[in-house]
Amino acid sequence: MSITGLISIALGAILVENFILVKFLGICPFMGVSKKMDTALGMGLAVIFVMGVASMFCYLVNAFLLVPLQLEFMQTVAYILVIAALVQFVEMFLQKMVPSLYQALGIYLPLITTNCAVLGVALLNTQGKYNFIESVIYGITGGIGFTVAILLFSSIRERLDSTADYPEAFEGFPIALISAGLLSLAFMGFSGLKIW
Amino acid sequence: MGNLTTVWYAVGVLGALGAVFGLVLAFASRVFTVEVDPRHEAICDALPGANCGGCGSAGCAGYATAILNGAPTNKCLPGGDETAAKIADILGIEAEDVKEMVAFVRCSGGGRAKRKYTYSGIQDCLTAMNTTAGGPLTCSEGCLGFGTCVKACSFGAMSLVDGVAKVDRDVCKGCFKCVAACPKDIITMVPLLADVKIPCSNHDRGAVVRKICDAGCIGCGICAKNCPHDAILMKDNLAVIDYDKCQNCGNCVAKCPRKLIINENEQSAVRNPAS
Repeated sequence: MSITGLISIALGAILVENFILVKFLGICPFMGVSKKMDTALGMGLAVIFVMGVASMFCYLVNAFLLVPLQLEFMQTVAYILVIAALVQFVEMFLQKMVPSLYQALGIYLPLITTNCAVLGVALLNTQGKYNFIESVIYGITGGIGFTVAILLFSSIRERLDSTADYPEAFEGFPIALISAGLLSLAFMGFSGLKIW
Repeated sequence: MGNLTTVWYAVGVLGALGAVFGLVLAFASRVFTVEVDPRHEAICDALPGANCGGCGSAGCAGYATAILNGAPTNKCLPGGDETAAKIADILGIEAEDVKEMVAFVRCSGGGRAKRKYTYSGIQDCLTAMNTTAGGPLTCSEGCLGFGTCVKACSFGAMSLVDGVAKVDRDVCKGCFKCVAACPKDIITMVPLLADVKIPCSNHDRGAVVRKICDAGCIGCGICAKNCPHDAILMKDNLAVIDYDKCQNCGNCVAKCPRKLIINENEQSAVRNPAS
């Protein structure tokens, strides 16, 4: 696998096929935890971490368990099982071994267990027939794309809450959804971007 | 592979996966247990749970951790004496008295303060200050009245009266949020039981103050001279009350030539619970 191919995957996951703004996966944390920039950053880092680890383990389960036994049709179920167990384990591990990291990511980890972006990245890895390294890169950069989107959106929402002037009827979620739509439109501009 | 065999394989593989993960998690929960001080939860229950941050810690849980690490137990202003007593009870130590403080806006200019120009931009104090040279008031230390502090208050204790932010001391919990939010830095904390207050923060000389605001302290010092308890200090042309000495006698209220100093005694439910 060439380096250029990996860069192509990375840029694709961050900008061209951004998980939130183009694929519309992981919208619930995008709407739920984007009110403040610090919490958005915490959530983003936790997602990068979990998506990276989940792609790794899901690849292993798929390649060494499901494919040899011709059970590919069970991918979705098996991946859900892997992700749920994995996040639980990581949470316990961090709490004991790396308390500082747990302080930063702790409250977001349980939220991510049921995040569709994480299941999405595992399934897309299989669909794209990525090998182990490509899967991990795709997982991590997909998480980075999530972080970029949620950080941009949280800065918009901070401004919406404090100073922006909009009709009262749009207060709260309506204006947030409209801003998210506009942000998504802006990301459509990357769709022509092609590397090598 | 026959159809039925596939079914058995699927059941077997997923069952095995589930069993392995279950065992690993059960094992991990043993290995990675973290000892949590049971008092932490008890203190969290005793705290009001407003997560206001007035104690200096990040939320009530953070303050509970800080207490267990030796922080004073009387920092929770919304909880007051009752909470402090409960926490002291949990820790088995002597209860400390909470000095209840409330916020106070040191400005009463509003319509009586002169304006440099008409401002019609975004209705937010910080934005107004940053975009239009300190905001529309001629007085550099006057309340702009766009309600940034009112929005910051989680307890609904603040309101805008005649273009000036006002704190309702019966509702205020003393969380400091408005103090931090005010870009002019004119909100301070005063004791809950202080009645006599000077609502002005302007440090200009008297002649200047007379020109720019009808509700400004001109720094004449008459209140300081007439205070029987030496509780008023003149600091840079501004009278400031020292609440460690003030006895709420109200002498200064009567003597102030600008009729500026207020006595909140009559209007307050803190002093007159029946009304």
